[in-house]
Amino acid sequence: MTNAAVHMEGQLHAPAHGAVATAAVHAKGQQHPIKLYLVVWGWLFVLSTCSYLVDYFGLHGYLRWSLILLFMILKAGLIVAVFMHMAWERLALAYAILLPPIAVLVFVSIMVLESEYTHFLRVLFFAAPS
Amino acid sequence: MAETVLTNPGQSPARLEGWRGIAADWASDQRAFKNVSWGKAMMWIFLLSDTFIFSCFLLSYMTARMSTTVPWPNPSEVFALNIGGNHIPLILIAIMTFVLISSSGTMAMAVNFGYRRDRVRTAILMLVTAAFGATFVGMQAFEWTKLIMEGVRPWGNPWGAPQFGASFFMITGFHGTHVTIGVIFLIAIARKVFRGDFDVERRGFFTSRKGYYEIVEITGLYWHFVDLVWVFIFAFFYLW
Repeated sequence: MTNAAVHMEGQLHAPAHGAVATAAVHAKGQQHPIKLYLVVWGWLFVLSTCSYLVDYFGLHGYLRWSLILLFMILKAGLIVAVFMHMAWERLALAYAILLPPIAVLVFVSIMVLESEYTHFLRVLFFAAPS
Repeated sequence: MAETVLTNPGQSPARLEGWRGIAADWASDQRAFKNVSWGKAMMWIFLLSDTFIFSCFLLSYMTARMSTTVPWPNPSEVFALNIGGNHIPLILIAIMTFVLISSSGTMAMAVNFGYRRDRVRTAILMLVTAAFGATFVGMQAFEWTKLIMEGVRPWGNPWGAPQFGASFFMITGFHGTHVTIGVIFLIAIARKVFRGDFDVERRGFFTSRKGYYEIVEITGLYWHFVDLVWVFIFAFFYLW
């Protein structure tokens, strides 16, 4: 985080000195080298290909699920951190946005228990005899 | 009080970092998001609320799929296509994924050129992004048509658990709506960028306020979020 902030400061000051006055006033947004975006873009393509190959090769079970989750989290992290510039925002904003979705994970665990219970009841009482 | 209405506040020199920074930013009886304009903060808060909406859709899909005793249709087969005599699993969805990721890349470039005040390149890249988005929606329309012709309905389908159709139409339909709105948003802002509104600080016809190139980044936040949601839909609905 500290490194990122230093990096941002460096990026911010470089154009502000050389550019015209009006540009300097409003050039305080998120400015990062184009190369960074291209690298992240490339990685998103690689990760998408990987997750497609998981299906193409028909992997099964825990290997399939863990790979799907891994590629998903990496892609989501890259998009949020670099494309949406969250890596360079102040922590007050980052935590205000990134912490509340933890409630969704709690909801997931509740609904997993609930749907297993529902499934159990359906098997017990309604499943067609086979 | 005057501090709170500024849209582009200057950066005061010393601000705490880490946890002390969070406490200081939130507890100082003033604006919590120090170096973020209200427009950007509100877009983030909207996206957070949208996260909960899509989370609820995916959760209801998870609950339906986990609790049904009927086998779930295999998405790998449902979304397969025959191209040149070859049967390729999930190929349409893979292409849609790559189209959306390409659009995310061009959007990130547009934001970058926007802050460099390169209005022509910014507008062109935003229009390219919109074109990718429109392509995505077109492919989704094709996908819906194909599935409806094959007999998928919200209440049933030929392959297995009847909840498949309801989950599919709800989740992809809501996402497709978001992409469509994003395309309209992109075209509207690209027009303003190309006209030079943010160079001459022309006032908006509706708000009468000056616009800044930051609106390109705010549009980009929305667009990247649409791509982000697709990452989760792709993983949980199509690949799982």
